[in-house]
Amino acid sequence: MKRLSILALLLSLLLNTAYAETPEEKGLAIANEADKRDTGWTDQIANMSMILKNKQGDEHTREMKITTLEVQGDGDKSLLSFDNPKDIKGTAFLSHTHSLTPDDQWLYLPALKRVKRISSSNKSGPFVGSEYAYEDLASQEVEKYKYKWLRDETVDGLDNFVIERFPQYEHSGYTRQLVWLDKEMYQPNKLEFYDRKNALLKTLRFLNYSQYLDQYWRPGAMEMTNHQTGKSTTLTWTDYQFKSGLTDRDFDKNTLKRAR
Amino acid sequence: MFKIVTTLSILFGSIAISNTVIANEWSGYAGLEFRGFSQTAQESRQDHSTNFSFVFEPEYYHEWDEGNQSIAFVPFVRLDENDNERTHFDIRELTYLKVAESWELRLGVRKVFWGVTEFQHLVDVINQTDLVENLDTEDKLGQPMINLALINDWGTVDLFVMPYFRERYFPGTSSRLRTIPHIDQSRSQFESAAKEKHVDFAARYSHYFGDWDIGVSHFYGTSRDPRLLLSTDNSGNAVFIPFYDIINQTSLDLQATKGNMLWKLEALHRSGQATTYNAIAAGFEYTFVGIMDSAIDLGLLSEYHYDDRGESASSTFEDDIAVGARLAFNDAQSSEALIGLVWDRNTGGKFFNIEASRRLSDSFLLEAQGRFFTNQKNSDPAKAFAKDDYIELFLSYNF
Repeated sequence: MKRLSILALLLSLLLNTAYAETPEEKGLAIANEADKRDTGWTDQIANMSMILKNKQGDEHTREMKITTLEVQGDGDKSLLSFDNPKDIKGTAFLSHTHSLTPDDQWLYLPALKRVKRISSSNKSGPFVGSEYAYEDLASQEVEKYKYKWLRDETVDGLDNFVIERFPQYEHSGYTRQLVWLDKEMYQPNKLEFYDRKNALLKTLRFLNYSQYLDQYWRPGAMEMTNHQTGKSTTLTWTDYQFKSGLTDRDFDKNTLKRAR
Repeated sequence: MFKIVTTLSILFGSIAISNTVIANEWSGYAGLEFRGFSQTAQESRQDHSTNFSFVFEPEYYHEWDEGNQSIAFVPFVRLDENDNERTHFDIRELTYLKVAESWELRLGVRKVFWGVTEFQHLVDVINQTDLVENLDTEDKLGQPMINLALINDWGTVDLFVMPYFRERYFPGTSSRLRTIPHIDQSRSQFESAAKEKHVDFAARYSHYFGDWDIGVSHFYGTSRDPRLLLSTDNSGNAVFIPFYDIINQTSLDLQATKGNMLWKLEALHRSGQATTYNAIAAGFEYTFVGIMDSAIDLGLLSEYHYDDRGESASSTFEDDIAVGARLAFNDAQSSEALIGLVWDRNTGGKFFNIEASRRLSDSFLLEAQGRFFTNQKNSDPAKAFAKDDYIELFLSYNF
């Protein structure tokens, strides 16, 4: 079966070449293939820890649990609950994400037991003081970008497609991104973010990939470096679980109020 | 063979599940509060210019049945230097929770929040206010209840039965930030002969439609905010006596989230507490994201508060305009600041509020608060606080 799909891929690549594919078409085809290969995981639970570092080397940590529901034809749903820092323990975020329109987002404040619908039109702001913007962590849907294949490049012994992509969301904080997409995993090894003035802002490296359910590649760590401020944030992912049988009910306002 | 595989999968299944279940978890905070008052108090027995206070609120949480059943226990204790009434103990929460696909059942003592506005929580009626904690009425006493939430595609219906009423906790005679004359809680009166054993009921429908979030609620039972009746004590001095009416209150809370603009409305109709009346709180909050190319967000908010009882309203928000600004620094220490001004259009009284917080480490948080009262006329209920301008520092250890 696997061999057959590789054959089909080779065939499609061959055919594409025969039709004198443009760099834009090739970029989109690669993005579609990456999306296809990462479809069908249904739901995901993982723990994430963040280490925020500034230029002086001061460190701050965040720990949270993130559950995600795969949604076909729209952005995914996710529920994020904090465990650390302790003063925001129990604070939780619910997002129903969309590709090109603002997400639906609610915040739960445990001290007041209050659920607040929050403004989400701006996805470019920093996430909990880190070097990640909301849009860097949101689900990656094909239609969020326009693509252009630039070249193939081998970095540290890994073969990559290098693709330039242009955010289609009007409030994106970036003019463009460069993606080094691993040819074997169809997952990124590196991302470069260019700000609204088209200056290099950040570099994100994906490390320690593992494969789950014989199909889905997930990084063990992600390192974001901000070149303009000298700050960096390292994410560590642990305890990935898939197909736990989560449903829409696990991503509603009632569940948000008791997220742990 | 099949059986072994099943057994194994059950075993591994249960191992995987136990990973996500939280067992016997303790968290919470302990903190030290300082308040400094800049003026001499209106009554001599209130006279202190500084006040220290210690607070401890641990939380126990345990869940089982794949997280579908849990219990939570949150005791609360405060020790106060000057006010014996503020030195108090409460059970903020002691709840059993059972979750199913289409319903959630909660039994026990807990806190429920309704509403969307920031300067006043008009429709939030389930819990009694713990007024000794803070003027802002955001601290609540635990309310005993049975709460069944029915979860449908078309929205959530919450049903509440509340078998026991909690009287409001008012600051004691030696406290600043209290009414003048003071309130004698020991002489509280009730409309119902059952007093605090009157069974109260509430129902609420809540849902969202696109970028609109809506809640419609009805409450029948003992009013959480008492009328204050003027009386005299044994020595003939003036004193307020709380009177708790049986009320019916229907309310609406609505928020439209349009890009960076939030539109907010709370409205209620209440009968049974002297005259029938209506009140609204309506306003907006607009956020400027990343001002001046920084990571800082600036939110501007404004609300109008109206109560058609006018000057005779028990609330201080009878015809008031509130404006505020919120700064979120989005830094590693999650630094935040909020300034607000409430202007009473009838009396011209003004109330300034400043709040700020900054994380010092993973466990320590520092919060500051400043409250200032100006131009309170004799007819204004807030006149009682006219000499109680204060700043507060609160250092907490969170675990």
